[in-house]
Amino acid sequence: MKSIGNLKVVARGDLEIMMTRVFDAPRSLVFDAYTKPELLKRWLGVFGGWTMPVCEIDLRVGGAYHWVWRNADGREMGVRGTYREVVPPERLVNTEKFDEPWYPGESLNTAIFAEQGGKTTLTSSMRYVSREARDGVLKSPMETGVAASYDRLAELLASGEIGKRERR
Amino acid sequence: MQPGSYGRATSAQLDATFAALADPTRRAILARLASGEASVTELAAPFEISQPAISKHLKVLERAGLISRGRDAQRRPRRLEARPLAEATGWLENYRRLWEGNFQRLDALLDELKAKKKRGRGKR
Repeated sequence: MKSIGNLKVVARGDLEIMMTRVFDAPRSLVFDAYTKPELLKRWLGVFGGWTMPVCEIDLRVGGAYHWVWRNADGREMGVRGTYREVVPPERLVNTEKFDEPWYPGESLNTAIFAEQGGKTTLTSSMRYVSREARDGVLKSPMETGVAASYDRLAELLASGEIGKRERR
Repeated sequence: MQPGSYGRATSAQLDATFAALADPTRRAILARLASGEASVTELAAPFEISQPAISKHLKVLERAGLISRGRDAQRRPRRLEARPLAEATGWLENYRRLWEGNFQRLDALLDELKAKKKRGRGKR
């Protein structure tokens, strides 16, 4: 429960989304979790029946990555890109484009891992080609995200944690 | 909550809201208006910029539907319009929730990796 609510998200300028989040772990571990396939597929976008059966990472400047999520119905969603900067354990820059694009162009994603007192502050920014693209991403969280919110909502409804007031 | 169900007007509205919010002076003006309506002179007071410059910011906020003008014809007080702001923060909140889900799974994984590292060190 320690970390709930410490994620900050802001729309910066016209083109960027910026997130900051603190993790209770040294940055070498956070960097590993971002760059090692066997670790990445344990946390990124895997919920509500979605898994990441394909997670290929060629971790070097100019190296490609390709990740594919699949849900219980066999639906797939893939994303790929190229690493532009790889500075373990402090900095990672990569391009991102979905196999079935849901926003125009590709985005340029920068992750900076700063460590202090054994904790890591992640600063993650996603830069899009236009304001329309950026706002589009904010307005339509990727399908898995929408699915996950529904799953979580269903769970909360089932557990009775959501009262009548919030039911629609 | 299907993205496609949002009309163009809503989408353009949201674009205007995000653009209006990108400026720190405009955010400060909105923060001031959150505590009640104010005239242009009152709004300009805390800033070291000219009243025409403030008026320009107010125009942007007005076009974005974030503020409106009150009835008093003399003071023309500006007041906050809550709905577009609530919509914009709503979208940010959806996005935030999606990523917080990812990061909570990452928290759990990091705990596991830390424990493994400790055990590994213990064995040596």
